[in-house]
Amino acid sequence: MKEFKYVITDPEGIHARPAGILVKQAAGYQSAVTIAKGEKSADAKRIFGVMGLGVKTGEEITITVEGADEDTAAAELETFFKENL
Amino acid sequence: MITISGKSVFGGVSIGKLLFYQRNNKVIKRTHIDDVDAEWKRFQEAKDTAVDQLKGLYEKALADVGEANAMIFEIHQMMLEDLDYLESIENIIRTQEVNAEYAVATTSDNFAQMFAAMDDAYMQGRAADVKDVSERVLDILSGADTGLKEMTEPCIIAADDLAPSETVQLDKSKVLGFATQYGSSNSHTAILARTMNIPAIIGMGEDLLKEYSGRDAIIDGFTGTLYIDPDEETMKAMQEKREKDLEQKALLEQLKGKENITKSGQKINVYANIGNVSDLGAVLKNDAGGIGLFRSEFLYLENTDFPTEEQQFSVYKQVAESMAGKKVIIRTLDIGADKQVDYFGLDKEENPALGYRAIRICLTRPEIFKTQLRALYRAAMFGNISIMFPMIISVGEVLKIKEIIAEVKEELKNEGIPYKEDVELGIMIETPASVMVSRELAKEVDFFSVGTNDLTQYTLAIDRQNSKLDEFYDPHHPAVLAMIKMAAENAHAEGAWIGICGELGADLELTEEFLKMGLDELSVSPSMVLPLRKRIRECD
Repeated sequence: MKEFKYVITDPEGIHARPAGILVKQAAGYQSAVTIAKGEKSADAKRIFGVMGLGVKTGEEITITVEGADEDTAAAELETFFKENL
Repeated sequence: MITISGKSVFGGVSIGKLLFYQRNNKVIKRTHIDDVDAEWKRFQEAKDTAVDQLKGLYEKALADVGEANAMIFEIHQMMLEDLDYLESIENIIRTQEVNAEYAVATTSDNFAQMFAAMDDAYMQGRAADVKDVSERVLDILSGADTGLKEMTEPCIIAADDLAPSETVQLDKSKVLGFATQYGSSNSHTAILARTMNIPAIIGMGEDLLKEYSGRDAIIDGFTGTLYIDPDEETMKAMQEKREKDLEQKALLEQLKGKENITKSGQKINVYANIGNVSDLGAVLKNDAGGIGLFRSEFLYLENTDFPTEEQQFSVYKQVAESMAGKKVIIRTLDIGADKQVDYFGLDKEENPALGYRAIRICLTRPEIFKTQLRALYRAAMFGNISIMFPMIISVGEVLKIKEIIAEVKEELKNEGIPYKEDVELGIMIETPASVMVSRELAKEVDFFSVGTNDLTQYTLAIDRQNSKLDEFYDPHHPAVLAMIKMAAENAHAEGAWIGICGELGADLELTEEFLKMGLDELSVSPSMVLPLRKRIRECD
């Protein structure tokens, strides 16, 4: 299992557009990808779940990746967050 | 005459018949189903058809309103294929042994409620998206038609609210404007209306009645007013307002997409100056070829402490992405003189215009400078960013800047943070000294940008802030023009390009002279881009 934290810098938070791009990205991995904000968590491959977290700018999320391709998935997702969110 | 007010989301005036859009108000019945497998399959087929339709809408929107706005239809596809959504529908069909319509409607309500309950206006607005995609599936399941088939003449469309898919499906040659009872200025419909240049008013509430359908109406998108059965006086005033607006827009339209080229074929770039991210809309609307001066000061002036690297990165990235590959010249901080910031802790000076400011602060307090450079080099990955340094007087300063840049790149590399290796670098020409050594400076940089306000003040030794000196101040002083000419010759001799980003660039009396000097770029305020383009096209 791989885990990393990320603080959202996009001024609009994880709104519809980045949520869509994120779901597309996460769907490309075999591993299960989970995003947690405080008590709440969501499957990163499900758009309603991701949007339902209502992550705003400045908030910290924890991303957990578990599965066969977790090493590449975690590394790529970390870059993805830095570039898009 | 009836007058109704709402919130304008796009300016403009349109006059025509009002058409109240009646959505098929489906009553969803709950019926018992024996063969739940067949019912689930019937839903899946309808869902696949809906996804195909959305793909079509995406392509249409891509062509009409661009990628960023079209993305909503891709998100709608994802919503329809979201596992939570599908599981909920399958679950209702199978466990309650009910029809697919009922399962979709119930699931739609539940998910819409989840968004409506969120503590954020933007997310609350997304409830409409869930309903929109579910409606589509319901229409397919029941074989109903959607859209405004009854439109035979151009109309002002009124509705309770319009879903993005409804807005984009409209025959735009027949839509004069939008007026809705509900909706938010964050709604995709509002965004699409703005992109499509259609006057639109939202949030008119219950005052907007269905019985107004078919009556004469005027929509004034500037004030957010809708007139039903307008009287003669209002009609006349609105017609005049409309004419004026159309004239302005026609000039714009005529010149949009046109080259900045003289009659004899000399080309020059016309860019825009901006001082904040909020000016980006005006830059795009006025069809500027790029941003010739992005004043980064606002990041410092609006803050109570030094803006962090992340804050700066996110702003620079946003600007670079919004300009989609067009040049964005960002000037590093130009604090001091008339722009003071408390937390910099600068001492009071006798002569601030000649004092501790701009690059002089950056070179003596490299920690401030490095934060900005790191953000700039990282953001350069996302677009066509150039960096420009203010108040340069010597080659030594440029060499020092380059040393600091090399350190910044080395640090980013060691930390494994992505950055762009080759960023175009330029300097402001705003001191007589920089003009006198411009041949040497041009060997070190890619471009010059003349800051005519400061260059005039320093050349004529006239304080810009002192109104008593107005009679001595000649913005067309031959000394200033000679300075610009000399800098241009030296830039070109060393293969650098040169532009103007000061007020003089927008002075239409000088355009011809600047063209003769062979300047490569003029950067002006967004509203001056098209008038300047007009002037250039008139020159020989």
